[in-house]
Amino acid sequence: MKSLLKMTWMETKLFFREPVGAFFTLVFPLMFLFLFGSIYGNAPIKQLNGQGTVDISVPAYTAMIIATTGLMGLTITMATYRENGVLRRLRTTPISPLAVFVAQVIVLFMMTAFGMLLLIIAGKLVYHLRFEGNVINVLMAFTLSSISFFAIGFVLAGLMPTARTAQIVGLAILYPMLFLSGAGFPRELLPETIIKVSRFLPLTYVVTLLRGLWVGDPWSQHTTEVIVLAAILVVGVVVSLKTFRWE
Amino acid sequence: MNAVIKVEGLKKSYGATVAVDEISFEVFEGEIFGMVGPNGAGKTTTIECLEGLRKPDHGKVTVMGIDPLREGHFLRTHTGMQLQQSNLPERMKVWEALDLYSSFYPKPSNWEELLTQLGLEEKRNTPFSKLSGGQKQRLFIALALLPDPQLIFLDELTTGLDPQARHAIWDLVRDVRSRGKTILLTTHYMEEAERLCDRVAILDHGRIVALDSPEALIRSLGAEELLIFNIDSALPPAFENAISKLGRMEKQGDRVVIHGKGNNATLVNEVVSLLARQGIQFRDLRTEQPTMEDVFLNLTGRAMKD
Repeated sequence: MKSLLKMTWMETKLFFREPVGAFFTLVFPLMFLFLFGSIYGNAPIKQLNGQGTVDISVPAYTAMIIATTGLMGLTITMATYRENGVLRRLRTTPISPLAVFVAQVIVLFMMTAFGMLLLIIAGKLVYHLRFEGNVINVLMAFTLSSISFFAIGFVLAGLMPTARTAQIVGLAILYPMLFLSGAGFPRELLPETIIKVSRFLPLTYVVTLLRGLWVGDPWSQHTTEVIVLAAILVVGVVVSLKTFRWE
Repeated sequence: MNAVIKVEGLKKSYGATVAVDEISFEVFEGEIFGMVGPNGAGKTTTIECLEGLRKPDHGKVTVMGIDPLREGHFLRTHTGMQLQQSNLPERMKVWEALDLYSSFYPKPSNWEELLTQLGLEEKRNTPFSKLSGGQKQRLFIALALLPDPQLIFLDELTTGLDPQARHAIWDLVRDVRSRGKTILLTTHYMEEAERLCDRVAILDHGRIVALDSPEALIRSLGAEELLIFNIDSALPPAFENAISKLGRMEKQGDRVVIHGKGNNATLVNEVVSLLARQGIQFRDLRTEQPTMEDVFLNLTGRAMKD
């Protein structure tokens, strides 16, 4: 337990020392928020069911952070640890390999939540962000979405032969998904064909779930999203346990 | 003497390649035991079987009285291991690594003391990636010492280090041994085996081709010691007569080479006093002894390559 705490604290410090990761988790979504907020403001718009641009952006950008930490942060860190022999070194100590993963998940989860918190604070202070949902429900949806995406990240890290390929493949999956799923741009602005494609993207379900609960939808309206994300989580955990390699 | 490690008929193959072919040896308490041989000789596979990181195909391995595979947790808690090609996260600082790793052990050594002992005090706030090769290895030795182990595994400790850093590491390893710890190391530097180890197992193609102290291995060659010096004048016949009792003499222009017989420990002494008595001026006197390189060459018929 003591080593898990130490390790989590250590990974937290390492997270902030890696400027690129911290930027994409904490700063980049805020920049997006201010960019589109300054263009469109947050006045209610009929096409958005009476919500403002910022109102729908905060849950959508939260989905963006989840995807970025899961597919980039976690994948690159784990693949690099394996490739450089960091895992190999840990393997010679009595600590369980699980501790490394648990520490990694805790840190990235906290950082993702921190990223979301920054968006909410900025939205509230600058654009009078509206929130009609239930905080507990949103947090539960946020947690499910995050750990599902972390599971995808572990699978990628396990399957990719090197850290470099993990990074490239992670990026190749992440970027189109950010724009097609409605995380980067409001889905209402996307053409019909792209919306059809987006049904095959895991991130679409995160965006739909978070945006829905944000405006107070009941869970019953989102069983599809919950089932898809839970399935991703289960499959992801099983596959990453099977594909795990120390070196 | 107490055997800390016992290996009997250890065999390990990867597919069709036999990495370790039925080797047996023991490592005794308090010694520096070296496994030396070219890359691919089976050193790392052997050490990883002892560390419980690999499963032997055949044979029996006992480390500190236990089976490393079955009681891996005990082994990892009570031994220090330094692995080839392992690293720490690039931005982790020296003190953070020691602090973190010491939390893994029930009774860790004081890492602040280790920091000083290993000469890393000035580097305590340096990130891992900014350390030199020698400093990284010193940090790894410190990490291996954290559990306050009786037994330490060091795999290719000085590979890639410059000679100066290598000598500094040797001093550290000797210092660790003098604190009563047992050390098993692998190296592909014959010089390292000769200078550092109490006993050496020479591995080639997965087999132990020789196992003894470096001195005994060299002596077993029965090779002659060479004594070489230059002269400016001709040698008097009396000298040549006297020398013939000590060994064979060869003249190459100004250069004189004397092939000493067997293990004549007093060869240098006798030749120099003979030169002095007969008033012969000489310069650039040096000796050449056989080394572990010659032992390896003799055993395998080829020279060690890096």
